[in-house]
Amino acid sequence: MHPASSVILFNTFSGLGFGLLFWLGLGVIVPTGMSAFIWFAIAYIFAVGGLIASTFHLGHPERALKAFSQWQTSWLSREGICAVFALVTMAIYGAGLVFAGTQLQLIGIVGGIASLGVVFTTSMIYAQMKTVPRWRHWTTPAMYLTLSLGGGALLAGQITLASVLLIIGGILQVFAWISGDTRFKSSGTNMETATGLGHIGKVRAFEPPHTGTNYLMHEFIHKVGRKHADQLRIITIGLAFVVPVLLLLLPFTNHIFAALAVLSHIAGVLTLRWLFFAQAEHVVGLYYGKR
Amino acid sequence: MTQLPPPSAKKLGLVIDLDTCVGCHACVVSCKGWNTENYGAPLSDQQAYGADPSGTFLNRVHSYEVQPEEGAAQLIHFPKSCLHCEDAPCVTVCPTGASYKRAEDGIVLVNESDCIGCGLCAWACPYGARELDAKEGVMKKCTLCVDRIYNENLPEEDRQPACVRTCPSGARHFGDLGDVDSDVSKLVAERGGFDLMPEQGTKPVNKYLPPRPKDEMPEFDILAPYLEPIASDGKGFVGWLDKALSSLPGGAK
Repeated sequence: MHPASSVILFNTFSGLGFGLLFWLGLGVIVPTGMSAFIWFAIAYIFAVGGLIASTFHLGHPERALKAFSQWQTSWLSREGICAVFALVTMAIYGAGLVFAGTQLQLIGIVGGIASLGVVFTTSMIYAQMKTVPRWRHWTTPAMYLTLSLGGGALLAGQITLASVLLIIGGILQVFAWISGDTRFKSSGTNMETATGLGHIGKVRAFEPPHTGTNYLMHEFIHKVGRKHADQLRIITIGLAFVVPVLLLLLPFTNHIFAALAVLSHIAGVLTLRWLFFAQAEHVVGLYYGKR
Repeated sequence: MTQLPPPSAKKLGLVIDLDTCVGCHACVVSCKGWNTENYGAPLSDQQAYGADPSGTFLNRVHSYEVQPEEGAAQLIHFPKSCLHCEDAPCVTVCPTGASYKRAEDGIVLVNESDCIGCGLCAWACPYGARELDAKEGVMKKCTLCVDRIYNENLPEEDRQPACVRTCPSGARHFGDLGDVDSDVSKLVAERGGFDLMPEQGTKPVNKYLPPRPKDEMPEFDILAPYLEPIASDGKGFVGWLDKALSSLPGGAK
């Protein structure tokens, strides 16, 4: 799959932002006044910034309102509704803390769960794709949720929570990669089923339909960088999980180390998301004899 | 609505004969011609005369080489367009309701004025039947020439998809695959028509007819054995000539 930068930015920053909103909503930290304003501003810049970035890949972003209508079948529609609900609810909760210094606990819990709901609905957009065997697995939503919770806890300065969640996340990601490597093959879709010519013999793409490229090849067939996947996986694990956990576990607390842990985690998650797309193979590539 | 309608009794679709397709791409050209001037936004091209041309097509012809265990490889031309699946995954993923399957005849269409161009339907389609038009920013797909097949302004023989009408080898057939007595259904039953990627669970309406087995040609030329161009036994005059030429300086061994 083509790793579109708008979608990578969305997945990374919205995940962190909604993760932070989840912990804020649950009352793990209860700031008031100006400090509450700063906490919520950070969460909203991440969450909303990511959402805005995601509209950059649309052909007609001006019609985006229509996307709220098909929640009965479409995970993308559910994601949109969930995002608006979570942002509005958390804005009410945040306003209570910033302006009145009161904690509207129930609204916070509802908003926090809805924030996590956004992350879950996002993950299901990918996990539902039968055409991309690597994504169609429980590890996709599990990974999205763990990353969002872990990253959110890291932003919220929760050392124990963040360390535990990031360690779980790292282990889960390694499992997702290893189990995902064989999923295309075991999906049962291959050139023989794609063409229905397997009963004659081995099928090979002889001539493509056109000399140039097309939308499908651009969107679904991506090879550049896959050859560096092993190194990128090591870099991802290092930056997203190992370095932040080590910095958190240092025996003295220091704001610079905390900031470094956050930056390292963000850089790692950006790489992780890039790999999530770049390594995913769509079955349509089979028609072109490519992946 | 992106909820799929209950399965329609009428299932309009194509039957494509891989035995007779000659790979001329006439269906590709006629499809582009008709659909760029009629239903919905035109099918744009980018750098059509430049170094890196590309464009939107609703129908493309691939060519595959199939190598049997024994005997010569076969070349098979393979036209591919939307299969108007009964369980169309491209419809249910659409967030706006732009993508829909018609309850009356099963044709899968895009309402372009509702399409936000998110591309998710193209992700969900295993066949590569949908292409986002780079100029218009909306999703384009085969309409089964819905503006021809019911068009009473056209002579009756033209009321079929442009690709079917234009195919010079009769490799494309259009009809109601929901009716077991229709010509296309009979053809599918007779020739063993099959689905593409059945394991994806999309239940395509369009069917493909397999290439017929190749004839075995018996050896009938009585002179052929005497005219073998290469001597491999190394006896007699040819054998002497082979040795003599090989012994010359620079001769092939």
